Amino acid sequence: MKGRVLVVDDDTALAEMLGIVLRGEGFEPSFVADGDKALAAFREAKPDLVLLDLMLPGRDGIEVCRLIRAESGVPIVMLTAKSDTVDVVVGLESGADDYIVKPFKPKELVARIRARLRRSEEPAPEQLAIGDLVIDVAGHSVKRDGQSIALTPLEFDLLVALARKPWQVFTREVLLEQVWGYRHAADTRLVNVHVQRLRSKVEKDPERPEIVVTVRGVGYKAGPS
Amino acid sequence: MSGGGAAPKPGAPGVRAGRAAGPGRVLTRFRRLFQSGRLLQDGSPGGPALRLLVRWVRRPLLPAVRLYRRNIQLRVVAATLLMSLGVVLLLGFVVIGQVRNGLLEAKEKAAQSQAAGGFTVAKEKADAPAALGGRDGDGTSGKSGRNSVNWRSDLVEQLASGGPGAFNVVALSPDAQDAASTSRAPRVSGGVDFASVPADLRSAVARGNGPFETYAQIRYTGATEDREPEPGLIVGKRLNDVDGNAYELYYLFPLTQEEQSLNLVKGTLATAGLFVVVLLGAIAWLVVRQVVTPVRMAAGIAERLSTGRLQERMKVTGEDDIARLGEAFNKMAQNLQLKIQQLEELSRMQRRFVSDVSHELRTPLTTVRMAADVIHEARGDFDPVTARSAELLGDQLDRFESLLSDLLEISRFDAGAAALEAEPIDLRVVVRRVIGGAEPLAERKGTRIRVLGDEQPVVAEADARRVERVLRNLVVNAVEHGEGRDVVVRMGVAGGAVAVAVRDYGVGLKPGEATRVFNRFWRADPARARTTGGTGLGLSIAVEDARLHGGWLQAWGEPGGGSQFRLTLPRTADEALRGSPIPLEPEDSRRNRERAEAQALKEGGAQRLGSVPAQQCADRPALASAAGTPAPVAPPRTAAVDPAAMPGSGARVVARPAEETVPGGGHGAVEADDSVHQVPEREDIRGR
Repeated sequence: MKGRVLVVDDDTALAEMLGIVLRGEGFEPSFVADGDKALAAFREAKPDLVLLDLMLPGRDGIEVCRLIRAESGVPIVMLTAKSDTVDVVVGLESGADDYIVKPFKPKELVARIRARLRRSEEPAPEQLAIGDLVIDVAGHSVKRDGQSIALTPLEFDLLVALARKPWQVFTREVLLEQVWGYRHAADTRLVNVHVQRLRSKVEKDPERPEIVVTVRGVGYKAGPS
Repeated sequence: MSGGGAAPKPGAPGVRAGRAAGPGRVLTRFRRLFQSGRLLQDGSPGGPALRLLVRWVRRPLLPAVRLYRRNIQLRVVAATLLMSLGVVLLLGFVVIGQVRNGLLEAKEKAAQSQAAGGFTVAKEKADAPAALGGRDGDGTSGKSGRNSVNWRSDLVEQLASGGPGAFNVVALSPDAQDAASTSRAPRVSGGVDFASVPADLRSAVARGNGPFETYAQIRYTGATEDREPEPGLIVGKRLNDVDGNAYELYYLFPLTQEEQSLNLVKGTLATAGLFVVVLLGAIAWLVVRQVVTPVRMAAGIAERLSTGRLQERMKVTGEDDIARLGEAFNKMAQNLQLKIQQLEELSRMQRRFVSDVSHELRTPLTTVRMAADVIHEARGDFDPVTARSAELLGDQLDRFESLLSDLLEISRFDAGAAALEAEPIDLRVVVRRVIGGAEPLAERKGTRIRVLGDEQPVVAEADARRVERVLRNLVVNAVEHGEGRDVVVRMGVAGGAVAVAVRDYGVGLKPGEATRVFNRFWRADPARARTTGGTGLGLSIAVEDARLHGGWLQAWGEPGGGSQFRLTLPRTADEALRGSPIPLEPEDSRRNRERAEAQALKEGGAQRLGSVPAQQCADRPALASAAGTPAPVAPPRTAAVDPAAMPGSGARVVARPAEETVPGGGHGAVEADDSVHQVPEREDIRGR
């Protein structure tokens, strides 16, 4: 399986420890300690996943995240010491798919990484429709009137999960489990932020969503096609 | 002078009384109105119709009354107007009184001398014809009779000719019979009505010798009948005519001129007074405005300051007291702003510090954590001592982590950096999740967790993460301290509040502990072994979480009777809590059970509770003997016993009928009870 992981962290001890753990789990880690060099290292290493510390010398993690996201849909998992609302939300809004709060257990980290990598392993030839969108699951593309819309893998997964069962209302917890791979409840802000990101790409008017509809007090569902 | 009545004697308060009567009457009417209003307010008898009428009368007045109460300027101006009006009136009456006295005195003197002269002339004329007649010998009785007929007319004419317009003369006979005869008929000059002479004066003149005088209204008859009656001074004396018959001679001095002068003075004074009052009012308005304007400005600016616009300042001009007020005010605002900025800066620094500490501590901790886990995984290869050390390392790292995160959480609350992310959530889902998480611990302890009141949705605008943290804390605590007995989680919705109460039947709380459990690092019993090793901060954080929601977290407990923790949250974030749907003291508390027993005993053979007293009596000795040790909780028999309660565990858990799970208004009485241990400050803050 593909397992190249780019670790962007300035703490050498932690980076080394992460390397030990990741190697132990069969990943191929590469390291960069400086935010300014992160993008170059990313282009060079072409990782399957990026582990990104939010606090970096030079460019900070948020900025790095935005730059990487601008040119790639590769999964990004943030490492953060701050579980405070603002930091996490800002990180997610800048394009991170998931975050993990320090201190974490190695198993937790590995599970999170695997969950992010797993999705690319299961191609299913399937055509779905949600609203006026046409989703080609195997081809990993979303089109409206023939125009394709670029989504990150996570956003794509989120959309597919909703589109597969248009009759069902998904609670945030269910979405966390299906899309992010969390076994038990985690931060539902993940869902909120990513639904907003997804809407900003697929909705005609993100203020009045028609594709991903909020069911107040419960969660989200696919809009009528 | 105001028309009608007799001219009053100088100094007589006729006019003043007449004037004063107007406002006086109005005042009393007002007083009566307000008194009646107050009477009605006090609830003393008064028909509803009357009350309605009073309300109807008072309602349009209310805005004016409110304006009067709130507006100091209006009040000062009104007071100034009233007082200056009083002063001007007083002054006016004094001045008018003095002017009138002066005028009348002069007139009286002139009149007296005039009259005295006239009387002398009349007397001389009466004596003179006799002397003449004696001298001429020309005195027949007939002639003298005819003479005496004209004599009086001549006399009156002669006397009156002395001052036409200035006075008139009247000659009257003392008795009415004489008045019929022509010779003794009344003689008048200038068309005055002889009846103008008042009877009092006439009787005085008839009796006495000297001249008498009085003020009276002078009326006119005949050709001058259309002349208005006018006030006048009448001086009279009894004289003998040429025939030796007594008659009364009166001088009538009209006081028209004096009245005109007086009226002129009055008019002048009234005009001047009106001007003075109005001008004084205007002056008061201006003066008060000078003082009130800065005060109003200060009030407005203080209001704006209190809403957070700290840069607001008063404009200061001059060096007077108002300017000093403004300077002091500005200084105060300046200091306030400085202090607030300092506090904000401190808070910001604190937040930064917490955030930095968090990061600085967590990064190495993560490395340690991962290293420890790697070592822990490999402990199979170690010798027993190293392997055990690896285990201890891992366990204590867990504890260290939770302590660190709790500390950071608390300091975040202290710094005011905690933010609420409220959205409508169904607490049943949260409770289910919490119970799912606590299930392994409960199994180890042999505790069953039961949920009541989850038939209907329990939705509130709340931060799911925080509410879950609070409830997890409560449930885990209940399981830990529940001594293996059941834990009951109740949910309730009523009014604008939702509540979750977690009841355990463990050792409970001693009096006073119900408030202290929320203190940081508080331990119920320092000697007691701690099994799961909480940080001692759980409930403190839970209280802060509840407070952040605008909710309450309260504890109740009795020694040996278990405890109940109740989380009450407002249904919507901007609503203030007024009560909780669940009573803080559970219905199966010792006190409530005793009360229920007493009630049941009183009711005696009530149909439904027929068997209660006997059972309760049987239960009580057991309870008493077990005092001090965790006693098994006897259920109130008023409710059906839950068949699922575990009889073997020694804990008989109370079941409640479904409809009791949401007691609508019943909680008030319990909460008002001061012996219930609550978190007092919370109660105070909410001002219940």
